[in-house]
Amino acid sequence: MPEITLPKSLQGVEAVRSVRTPARLDYEFTAGDASSRFLRGIEQKRIIGQRVPGGRVYVPPRGADPERGQATTEEVEVAQVGTVTSFCMVNVAFYGSSMELPYTSALILLDGADLSIMHLIQEIPANEVRIGMRVEAVWRDDEDIEPTLESIKWFRPTGEPDDTNVRVPGEDHGTGLGSWVGGVAPTEALVRNPRTGKGGH
Amino acid sequence: MTDRQEAGDILSAPLIIEYPFKRTTGPVIGAFLTGLREKVLVGSRAEDGRVIVPPAEFDPISGRDLTELVEVGPAGEITTWAWVTKPHAKHPLSDPFAWALIKLDGADTPMLGAVAAASMDAVHTGLRVTPVWAAEREGHINDLSHWIPASGGNA
Repeated sequence: MPEITLPKSLQGVEAVRSVRTPARLDYEFTAGDASSRFLRGIEQKRIIGQRVPGGRVYVPPRGADPERGQATTEEVEVAQVGTVTSFCMVNVAFYGSSMELPYTSALILLDGADLSIMHLIQEIPANEVRIGMRVEAVWRDDEDIEPTLESIKWFRPTGEPDDTNVRVPGEDHGTGLGSWVGGVAPTEALVRNPRTGKGGH
Repeated sequence: MTDRQEAGDILSAPLIIEYPFKRTTGPVIGAFLTGLREKVLVGSRAEDGRVIVPPAEFDPISGRDLTELVEVGPAGEITTWAWVTKPHAKHPLSDPFAWALIKLDGADTPMLGAVAAASMDAVHTGLRVTPVWAAEREGHINDLSHWIPASGGNA
């Protein structure tokens, strides 16, 4: 680093070495028809998806079939119980989060749905969460229910046996992204665990 | 879908995305920000003798390191400007103001600043302006709040 010559007025004062450069984007998010209906369902503690004619049930619904683009007009209430298809144990705090570490964020395939929703898993040690685990929604107190997915505080284990046939919708074979193969959980068989070095064969 | 639902039923909510970035300044920009905190404006002297404000880290012609920082201003004169009739939330001033390029005394290049003035008619090229410092300063460009016409100037 080159030697800098300062004017007298700045000699001997503590130098600035870093500067805050936050980036902030202010939006007004409009949910649209499908998401508004989903969130109105949440206000009644119901989880409502939309069915592609003769096909899959998408939850949260977006109003159209992502494969063919046709409108999805049939509303379907799905279960508040589902299966973990993928998860992430979070060990690093990030800006704006009030979660106690470690915690688990998971993709949960609700019974009757063909698309996983992302939510928190609680009431179980983070390192015991696994793909195939059966979980149920835990709602806020009734007076605190609002049209937001945060009205579900988190999901917790139901105590049922793991679903060893869980398939990520659209997968017809195990890829390590949530589908079991031959009764073996994909995180053990197909994805290398960076801590133990096992798996990934 | 309008046949199924009134527009008033559509939900909307504020969505704010914010990243708390912080970056290191290096010695030259660091000195400029240190100056702002101390209410001192500095520029860097280029190889051809010109004084560049805010200071450049490298000579604009040869690309070599510039290492001599010199004090400039604090007053200067407007070289060009644009009037803002409707300031928005992120502008430094809430009343109509001028964005101006201001060449500080002793500088050879102008720097951008917000000039508070009673009206557009009170601003013109050549107008002498002087800085208004923020009450609390931390070594940030916002330490220099804005500029105002210099008293006794040719406003």
